[in-house]
Amino acid sequence: MKQELVDKIKANPDYQELVSKRSSFSIKLTIAMLVVYFTFILTIAFNPAALGARISPDSVTTIGIPIGIAIILFAFILTGIYTKRANGEFDDLNNKIKQSIKED
Amino acid sequence: MNMNRIFLFLILGTIAVFASGTIDGEIVKQPLNVSAIIMFVIFVSGTLGITYWAAKRTKSAKDFYTAGGGITGFQNGMAIAGDYMSAASFLGISGLVYLKGYDGLIYSIGFLVGWPIILFMIAEPLRNLGKYTFADVASYRLRQTPIRSLAAAGSIATVILYLIAQMVGAGKLIQLLFGLEYEIAVVLVGVLMILYVTFGGMLATTWVQIIKAFLLLSGATFMAIAVMANFDFDFSALFAKAVEMKNTESLDIMSPGGLVSDPVSAISLAVALMFGTAGLPHILMRFFTVSDAKEARKSVFFATGFIGYFYILTFIIGFGAIVMVFQNPQYLDLAKQAISGGSPILGGKNMAAIHLSHAVGGDFFLGFISAVAFATILAVVSGLTLAGASAISHDLYASVFKKGKADGMAEMKVSRIATIALGIIAIFMGIAFEQQNIAFVVGLAFAIAASANFPILFLSMYWSKLTTRGAVVGGSLGLATAVALVVLGPIVWVQILGNAEAIFPYKYPALFSVTVSFVSIWFFSITDGSHDAVAEREAFEAQYVRSQTGIGAEGASEH
Repeated sequence: MKQELVDKIKANPDYQELVSKRSSFSIKLTIAMLVVYFTFILTIAFNPAALGARISPDSVTTIGIPIGIAIILFAFILTGIYTKRANGEFDDLNNKIKQSIKED
Repeated sequence: MNMNRIFLFLILGTIAVFASGTIDGEIVKQPLNVSAIIMFVIFVSGTLGITYWAAKRTKSAKDFYTAGGGITGFQNGMAIAGDYMSAASFLGISGLVYLKGYDGLIYSIGFLVGWPIILFMIAEPLRNLGKYTFADVASYRLRQTPIRSLAAAGSIATVILYLIAQMVGAGKLIQLLFGLEYEIAVVLVGVLMILYVTFGGMLATTWVQIIKAFLLLSGATFMAIAVMANFDFDFSALFAKAVEMKNTESLDIMSPGGLVSDPVSAISLAVALMFGTAGLPHILMRFFTVSDAKEARKSVFFATGFIGYFYILTFIIGFGAIVMVFQNPQYLDLAKQAISGGSPILGGKNMAAIHLSHAVGGDFFLGFISAVAFATILAVVSGLTLAGASAISHDLYASVFKKGKADGMAEMKVSRIATIALGIIAIFMGIAFEQQNIAFVVGLAFAIAASANFPILFLSMYWSKLTTRGAVVGGSLGLATAVALVVLGPIVWVQILGNAEAIFPYKYPALFSVTVSFVSIWFFSITDGSHDAVAEREAFEAQYVRSQTGIGAEGASEH
């Protein structure tokens, strides 16, 4: 890529909007995943009994099982949220940027 | 214990791997399983037919490495799932659930959570910057020769370690399921894999993985439904029966056990699985098979869904096996029970899912699941071999030896030769490691991927100050640390080499080796004042614009 093109894209407000919005979005989602997972894994390391509590006195099912399944679903839902926004809003912005360099 | 034999293998002259001992004791060869063999023959004929079709469409290097870039997001998501759901995760995780209950779920979750991170951080820049291998991205603005050599070393090491684990697993499984000799089984897997990859390239490999993912998900779904139908689809009833079968008051199988006992091991395992997944060459390569970043994102979305669903199924299957296989005299290994007591099942704990398939669906379904397990191994080894061959032909041959001046045809020829060579190495390694304890092998592969491949890839995408010197020194130190800590750790140093105490006390080295890698990449980059380093930092800007927008990206529509 030529330097003039790089400078031109960088000066494009759509590009700046795309990069700042997408970066902050992906960082937020990454942190959400890391916090959920590390909370889970550190609970196992420091206080495994917390996950071994029964969900009700007459059931052998422990609270750890719905939590574990919920983390799997959470990971999937996060990828869905990101893909939806990136394939819609972010790609629209990106197409505008591509359009703007095509016009010259 | 019989742990006298020590084997020393030098992989690429840099990685020493020690191993000895046995996995699960002697495996008794089973009588020929006719329905399994018929179904397996159908699978092999079908996939060879696809290979023939794919071979006619594989004309250029781009076709060979990336199936022409024309795979859709959904197909690629399925293929990624097919690549990632190995026989080890199907049989190993359901076996772990069968043995320890909840711990199996902890393990599965670790294997899944890397995927969202790959999507948020890696997938798009990778697709926008690369062509065939992740080294394309790592070396985008750095010096080709050193970076590609290191990336290729990391890739080949990961691929060979993973291949060893798959081949040994394949040999034992097939011996047990089909009644074939171990050596014949290993050679069969090696030869089929060479055929798929050499002739059909990425297109055939992708379709083998898609078909396998479909078969595996269908088979596992059927098993989970069959188990749940016995309990009117009430999970509490299933768990209650499992606890009763295990005959424990303490709910051991319903709570975290000994898998991760201390915080350091817990975090270290988490780091290995997360960053390791994002550094596996055969997984990263799959992102080049789709047309653009949009399809790359969809791939991860579908892959995460399939893989997550699969792990939930293995959890149900593991508990189903506790209820229907555990203490069922039909599946007990009586000879072993006579010696060691307890209720060991035939073939060891990893056979829990296989016995369950017989318990819920009889001989016919046992045959189906056995054939699926075999297909699973074939799909995974094909993806691995293709990734290893690409590192040899695209990174080492075309970029390092020919300095980027190789023509596509010559490069493709080299990758075919490399495929055959890797296949032969895999066959020999599979046979050499038959009686060895390979428990550490996949862990080491993940540790190397997390400590060498991932930091270089990640920093090359996001850190403008990265220089060639920093990446090479840091990546090599990360790789060396990972290998050294595995060798000095409890599995190799104590269990395999028979020393009394481990020099490095933790089973999982990633927390330390990844830190070493990142810190030394940082240090040797910021202190690099060379002429090249200045140019490399300046080139970041243009790379970043391309990584964000895909403008100028390989295979994207022209603007």
